[in-house]
Amino acid sequence: MNVGNVPFVVAALLVVLGLYTFLFKRNLIKLVIGISLIETGVNLFLVALGYRTAGIAPIYTLAPAGRMVLPTPQALTLTSIVIGLATTALLLSFAVFVYRHYGTLDAGKIKELQG
Amino acid sequence: MNALTVHAPVLLVAVPLLGAFATPLVGRFGRSARNVFVGSVILFTGALAGLMAAHVFGLGEPLVYVLGGADGFGVPLPSGMQVPVRILFEVDAMSAFMALITALVALAGTWYSFSYWRERSGGDLYHSLLLLLTAGIFGMELTGDMFNFFVFLEVTSIAACGLIGFRVWLKHSQEAGFKVMALYTLSGILVLLAVGLLYGEHGGLNIAYLASRVGGSLVDRIALGLLLTGLAMKAGAVPLHMWAPDAYGEAPAPTSAVLVANSQASLYGLFRILFTLYGATVSVGALGWILIAFALLTIAVGVTMALVQRDIKRLIAYSAVSQIGYMLLGVGVGLAVSVARPEFGRTAMHGGIFHMLNDAACIGLLFLASGAVIRASGTRDLNKMGGLAHRMGWTTGFFLIGALALAGVPPLNGFASKFLIYESSFRLSPILAVIAILASIMLLAVFVKVFQAAFLGPASREVGEASTGMLVPMAVLAVTVVILGLFPGFFIDRIVAPAASALWSGRDLYIRAILGG
Amino acid sequence: MNGISSGFGAWNPIAWTLLFAGIFAVAALVRSLGRADAKRGSEQSKVFLSGNDEPSDAAGLHVRGDHLYWGLVEGLAGYYRRVQAMHTGVITDYVAWFVGVLGLVFVILVLVR
Repeated sequence: MNVGNVPFVVAALLVVLGLYTFLFKRNLIKLVIGISLIETGVNLFLVALGYRTAGIAPIYTLAPAGRMVLPTPQALTLTSIVIGLATTALLLSFAVFVYRHYGTLDAGKIKELQG
Repeated sequence: MNALTVHAPVLLVAVPLLGAFATPLVGRFGRSARNVFVGSVILFTGALAGLMAAHVFGLGEPLVYVLGGADGFGVPLPSGMQVPVRILFEVDAMSAFMALITALVALAGTWYSFSYWRERSGGDLYHSLLLLLTAGIFGMELTGDMFNFFVFLEVTSIAACGLIGFRVWLKHSQEAGFKVMALYTLSGILVLLAVGLLYGEHGGLNIAYLASRVGGSLVDRIALGLLLTGLAMKAGAVPLHMWAPDAYGEAPAPTSAVLVANSQASLYGLFRILFTLYGATVSVGALGWILIAFALLTIAVGVTMALVQRDIKRLIAYSAVSQIGYMLLGVGVGLAVSVARPEFGRTAMHGGIFHMLNDAACIGLLFLASGAVIRASGTRDLNKMGGLAHRMGWTTGFFLIGALALAGVPPLNGFASKFLIYESSFRLSPILAVIAILASIMLLAVFVKVFQAAFLGPASREVGEASTGMLVPMAVLAVTVVILGLFPGFFIDRIVAPAASALWSGRDLYIRAILGG
Repeated sequence: MNGISSGFGAWNPIAWTLLFAGIFAVAALVRSLGRADAKRGSEQSKVFLSGNDEPSDAAGLHVRGDHLYWGLVEGLAGYYRRVQAMHTGVITDYVAWFVGVLGLVFVILVLVR
């Protein structure tokens, strides 16, 4: 089935949505969700890079004949997902501590370190 | 010794990494056991860095270290081409130079933190994160693969932000931790997007392979823009620098010194991409002048904002940001003229790259001294300190050496690199040298302000000299500063000139070391 | 022997240090030719404050950090008002700067030949 450029368009849409969330929302948790959206978009872009039309999974054991999709982007995406997990966990822990100290999650009010 | 030298590139990453994960285990046996363990790990790493650097400078061409299948173990791509499955470390003179800088700063920072960390608990995890940060920085500097660079970039981001927000009972450190982590993550994701774009366009991730194929197409330019902005942000160029005072200011003092090495590693990544990956395929005039524009903004805004700071660590942080501008200026001038290759371009590269070493030593020294000052006076506010010079003679002397060196006062090392930057940027455009010189003078004013506020004046409270464990790393850095200042010719000929040549004219050697022929 | 040279000038720190050591030696020589009858700790070495007594609260004499460069900062007040206002401390503003510079760099790189 020919997917054309749809995955790339969706990936770009996700990145733009994530950037919009990161730029215009005030709640710290929403900022983290925005970062997570950008990461998802980039991961989708990476996986879509490797897709070949009518390709099968890149596993050699008992593989039927036919084209395989590229394995390298899948490795890149796995690594990226794990890194995203670590960064999201760290960001959310910081958000929890910020809430304990400041009593608010509004990014517009958490600006004591300024100038 | 031979086996160590051959495997040094990967051991420089593996030894601190394993040490980082073993530290909580060793910490079960007590504080001294943990300190001895971490100290020996970082000492071994430093010795490895020296060995590897001596080997690479003598070699004259990049050293390639293969992780994975060297020959024969290939995976057939759908197109039928065989690609060996492996990751390559490629260490040329510039990487070896950066490894030396990182080793120096990591040694001083880690040893200082043994005496600095006074809390009853948390020391194990703190030192573990410090070793992890060091491993990540070495990985960024030694790798020859773009995706591997991204992975180590993220490792350093996570370790750095963990260290910035480590003291969870301090309100501001949590705010700083969140902000810095958010920005580092954003730049990391955009670097990954750029790496993905380059992979999709050219089909490989190895820097030498991409360098042999990259052209001026639209996708290449978009990837270049993402990489340039993302890495400039991690290095701290204005107007993307606003996380830097938060990060350097809220981290514990020895960590701030290692964070400077982190920023310089990102700067190294930027230079590697601009000179080796893209070379002259995209207009070097435009790229060079983009770097020079960043540099001028950074120099000017960094030093003027430093003048009005009230917090001693934020002030030193703004000075650190300003010095990144000098490195960008030197290398930007070099890049802008790298097609015509006049002699002053090479001098500019020498100045910019030498300044990386000088700045790391001086800013490291200043951050360590500021840690001693904060410990002694119990406050970080410059308006509330005073009179520390009466009892803390050594700390005063080290602070003075670091401050004068950074401001570019002869005969210390800052003057040697700034002299080269002034002279060469003047040849490109006089206004560059004027702004750089004025900023140096203002930096001297900034440090006079700190010296007057913290050290001069009548003694206000009973203070003692900083403990020996804090004085010895400061002394090591101060001696480095003085020696680099008194013998700049020796160091420029032996380590800076090969590193500059590796960037300036070493692109073909870099590509040939991996692709052959 | 040890100096570095840019295309236009040269810098030799050993020579500079020797020169300054020589100048300091001359200054020390001139100083040693002075009068030897000033005593430390006596009336002769007290701080001169226009004839006033030294205040008991010696800490009040210390010029604190913010006051040291008051004149310079006042002179540049217009610049500082604008630039300090840009450093708001809000994370979303930092990202806005990042996206702005990214857009500018894209425009330059795509348009240039």
